[in-house]
Amino acid sequence: MKSPILLTASKYLLPILLLFSFFLLLRGHYYPGGGFVGGLVASIAFVLHSFAFGTEATMKILKRKPLSLIPTGLAISALSVTIPILFGLPPMTGLWLEEPIPFIGHDRIIPLL
Amino acid sequence: MIDNNILGPVFIHLFTGILQLIAWRKTVTQRFISGIGSFLGVLIAIRLFTKVNSDGILTLNAANWDAPFGIVFVADLLSSTLVLITSIAAFAVSLFSSTGISRQRMLYGYFPIFHFLVMGLNGAFLTGDIFNLYVWFEVIIISSFVLMTLGGRKTQLEGAVKYMALNILASTFFLTGVGILYGITGSLNMADLSEKIKMVNNQFLVGITSAFFLLGFGIKSAVFPLYYWLPSSYHTPPSAVAATFGGLLTKVGIYAMLRVFSLIFIPDDFTKQLLMVLAVLTIFTGSMGALIKLNIRRLFSYLIVCHIGFMIGGIGMFTKVALIGTLFYLFHDILVKTNMFLIAGLIRQMRGTMDLKSLGGLYAQYPKISLLIVLVLFSLVGIPPLSGFWPKVFLIKDAYAHGEYAYIFALILGSFVTLFVIARMWSEAFWKNVPEGNELEDKFEPMPLARKILLVLPIGILALVTIYIGLNANFVITLADNIADQLIDTKPYIEAVLKQKQN
Repeated sequence: MKSPILLTASKYLLPILLLFSFFLLLRGHYYPGGGFVGGLVASIAFVLHSFAFGTEATMKILKRKPLSLIPTGLAISALSVTIPILFGLPPMTGLWLEEPIPFIGHDRIIPLL
Repeated sequence: MIDNNILGPVFIHLFTGILQLIAWRKTVTQRFISGIGSFLGVLIAIRLFTKVNSDGILTLNAANWDAPFGIVFVADLLSSTLVLITSIAAFAVSLFSSTGISRQRMLYGYFPIFHFLVMGLNGAFLTGDIFNLYVWFEVIIISSFVLMTLGGRKTQLEGAVKYMALNILASTFFLTGVGILYGITGSLNMADLSEKIKMVNNQFLVGITSAFFLLGFGIKSAVFPLYYWLPSSYHTPPSAVAATFGGLLTKVGIYAMLRVFSLIFIPDDFTKQLLMVLAVLTIFTGSMGALIKLNIRRLFSYLIVCHIGFMIGGIGMFTKVALIGTLFYLFHDILVKTNMFLIAGLIRQMRGTMDLKSLGGLYAQYPKISLLIVLVLFSLVGIPPLSGFWPKVFLIKDAYAHGEYAYIFALILGSFVTLFVIARMWSEAFWKNVPEGNELEDKFEPMPLARKILLVLPIGILALVTIYIGLNANFVITLADNIADQLIDTKPYIEAVLKQKQN
């Protein structure tokens, strides 16, 4: 099935959805949203692309195998859970930076991930 | 007391799993990581156990939220002991898997999933929050589905469907129970619940909720009317997987029952009576099933069901002596059942079959290994100085004191059937000569020495721990005594969670 509507739409939707997922990730700090929903939206973008152009084309723009992304993502989230232990705090505690990062301000880096 | 390191046993397996995902398809690296990771897990568990034993109950508030609001992790004696025993069993299985599991299965991620399963078990033992317990149960069953189906043979999938259907049903009951509990008390923290549940006006509703939990945990630990998924699925996956399942998964159900019925729903007379009836019937059906099975692993599966009944009966009496018996039996059972399935795997390597009729001549061919195995078999049966004997003494003594004669009868029947079944297995598989006209493929004999050691060493380790428990019963009984005290008088637990002192 090659529908021109789907082909055209997914070509433009891919970057927009990725941008939107990034927005959701950052917004999730204080409002509904966050990493989980952001990740879902990002993956939907690629799923839609694969519906339109086939799996191989999508793998080409992904550049990395999804299987190598799983341990990376897991490792980042597991580290964000365990890093507070190094500071003598319980796991999953939010860490705040003392110095503000320019343009972003005081921010919780750890729970953001 | 607050200790921020009690989640170590969970994290070590999480990181081991992640490292193995990075080493995807590099099976040799994965084997090494698995062995090292589980060994570190044992060390961390020993440290946790000694610390709990000397300092008392340790707690951890996840994300630094105070106790009734955030998720709290609690390491009391019961959970730290179970974490220790689980870690030892996991270490043995991890060593055994490095040769006992086919390369094909390793390529599809056997090791990472195995470590996620052990992580889930440790998490379930350590959590102090009832919804979090449900989440850990989900971690466990999702990993176990993967392990069950890995390899994708037809019989395996057939077993997996039964296993999955019943376990999802159990989780649904459990979750419904948690939902109702939250609805009537407004709390999920187990220590908090223990105080709030007494203030609920509608105690009838509390009773119904406890039935949901009983049903959910009952399915998971294979209690009488709900046990049939276990014998029809445990003989299908490879032996190393079956060892993890048989040794550990049903025991999590028993742990959850012990925790929930000691802390939240103190059993009333009706519940006690119900548990006693279930225990007797479980022992009876389990032993009847074991009598007629001729495949070693099917036979062991029925023995699991039978011995679960022993423990349910101990919970049903809910006195200190009975709980000591139950706890001792729980520790013994995890080690021995894991070991039994490993032995089944070893026999399969030696003979290529697990059917008692076509087995034979193992003693003549491998006398030393057979002597090691016979120690484990004796311990399962409960020959006096070994670990299976002591808990039965406590259980029978207490049942006699309370006039539970049906349970005593069932206990004795269960023990005799175990003895009979094991004796038959010994004479068929070890003493009898190889039946004529049987083509046996011995994969064990031509193996290089290192691989042979990797298959036998885990059985040796577990057997050593079993013997240690049996000969050093005094220590274990004191430990079980302290745990039983903590289970009956839950005040220290509640105080440790709700009125935390910063150390």
